[in-house]
Amino acid sequence: MISIEHVSRRFGDGPDAVVALDDVSIEVPRGSIFGVVGQSGAGKSTLLRTVNALERPDSGRVVVDGVEVTALEGKALLQARHQIGMVFQHFNLVGNRTVAQNVEFALEATGAPKKDRRPKALEMLDLVGLAHRADDRPGQLSGGQRQRVGIARALASGPDVLLSDEATSALDPETTRSILELIQRLSRELGLTVLLITHEMDVVKRICDAAALMETGRVIEQGSLDDLIRTPGSRVAAELFPVGEAHYIPHHRIIDVTYTGLSADRPVIAQLARDFGLDVSILGAALETIGGHQAGRTRLAVPGDASVALKVIDSLTAQGVTAWEVLA
Amino acid sequence: MIDPAAPTFWPQLMQVLLEGTWETVYMTAIAMAITFVVGLPLGIILVGTEQGRFLEAPFGSRALGRVVNGLLGFIVNLGRSVPFIVLMIALIPVTRWLLGSFIGTGPAIVPLTLVAIPFFVRVVEIAVREVDPGLFEAAESLGASRWLLVRRVLLPQATPAILLGTATTITSIINFSAMVGVVGGGGLGNVALTYGMQRYSWIHIVFVVIILFALVQLIQWALTALAKRLGAQPIRRGPKKDATADAQAHLDADLALPSSRTPTHPSGSTP
Repeated sequence: MISIEHVSRRFGDGPDAVVALDDVSIEVPRGSIFGVVGQSGAGKSTLLRTVNALERPDSGRVVVDGVEVTALEGKALLQARHQIGMVFQHFNLVGNRTVAQNVEFALEATGAPKKDRRPKALEMLDLVGLAHRADDRPGQLSGGQRQRVGIARALASGPDVLLSDEATSALDPETTRSILELIQRLSRELGLTVLLITHEMDVVKRICDAAALMETGRVIEQGSLDDLIRTPGSRVAAELFPVGEAHYIPHHRIIDVTYTGLSADRPVIAQLARDFGLDVSILGAALETIGGHQAGRTRLAVPGDASVALKVIDSLTAQGVTAWEVLA
Repeated sequence: MIDPAAPTFWPQLMQVLLEGTWETVYMTAIAMAITFVVGLPLGIILVGTEQGRFLEAPFGSRALGRVVNGLLGFIVNLGRSVPFIVLMIALIPVTRWLLGSFIGTGPAIVPLTLVAIPFFVRVVEIAVREVDPGLFEAAESLGASRWLLVRRVLLPQATPAILLGTATTITSIINFSAMVGVVGGGGLGNVALTYGMQRYSWIHIVFVVIILFALVQLIQWALTALAKRLGAQPIRRGPKKDATADAQAHLDADLALPSSRTPTHPSGSTP
């Protein structure tokens, strides 16, 4: 649905130039929620803005639903933007106009006839549970409510794509959760494809199907969350399962075991102790609900040498969990 | 010397004051109306054509945007740096060519307007600059045209600050209108000049001062009330600053140095 192909963007010239995007390619499947994580300055924001051409890449192209956004100009670009909604960290609502007028503005931008705008705006506000605040000013609403209005505005023109620029970063944890749930629900109900950027791994854990990690303008790793958590050395996975730093222990091998879905309920460690008669110690463990599924990671210290470690890993793999040696 | 004890003094005073007030209001109103109509779009264009703003490339041409921005900035600075009395005298031939005469209340409107426009452009510029850039970005993301962006985002947000600036502009037009007596313009300034200075009637001066004070108070009060109404945001205690109050603060600082030539259009934007 969204194809970002070899996109590069630099700001400034000469030695002061900042490379915001360095040959970034990302593929977001239709109907999925894709999260780009990274610290501030990693280029996430610039990347997101290339999708609706608020930012133009120096090279590469961006295709949304078969339309090459990077090649659009003038009216065609405005029309493409009607199909791509966007929500912002600071909501960006017009403070001197009412909530309903803010949403109506999105409809006016598409050229919708005047008489249809208010009913449609109220319908959108109802969708986010704020129809009763239609005639208030945004300043009278709480942060979470303002973001709901932002979402209603972004979706008023009936887009297929929603871009989220740190939509929950200015909100408290409770409100963050409710906004994320709203985005997830709307994504399912309306068949939206969501591309979000965030610096909070929690956001990825809660609603994303797939993620990319960015650092200094580059994508370090990307893939579906299911794949990423089974990838040895994945930094996204390490963030999702905080089992701590791996430390060398004499005469032991360190093994990470990652399990998802059904295998999460099986007593794989106990099985291991029985099969090999090993005194396995657990160094750390993390259980998370990722994309609605149970998933976990356990860090084990297994006494023995490399051959023992290999046997253990084979045995674990046979039981349907993913295991690999750390610090090998 | 006029004798205040003469029976005709008070009726004549009233007559003179009424006429003077009317002329002042008339000159100010027309000068402000023209200033508003011309200055508002110019102020918006001045900010809009800055790099990275919504009008940086009018008709798809970045070069045109730069030229327009540079030219406007130059003219505004030029207009603001010429003292009114000099401008008024320098404009005599222009006014004569335009209206056939340069003497009287009507012709005096020409220099009043020309001194007010650059001032007002600056007012609008400050007001527009205070509008959160995020709002422009949001409007762009919605695929809104520039015109819609100006009408539905920029103007609603900038209006309170523009109204406050309008009050300040009107006040300075009234101020300057007192000087047009020099080129034969009427108004309260002329009353003070002809009766107060030339005929030593302090009573005239006192009344002129009282009326001018009342006029300015009335305008400031009305426009402040209107600005508050349009910008009313009762529960707004966040990290975001109050744009209206901020614009007023800028303006006050600006007025403290009326002849400063600070550049009105710092160029360049951060990526």
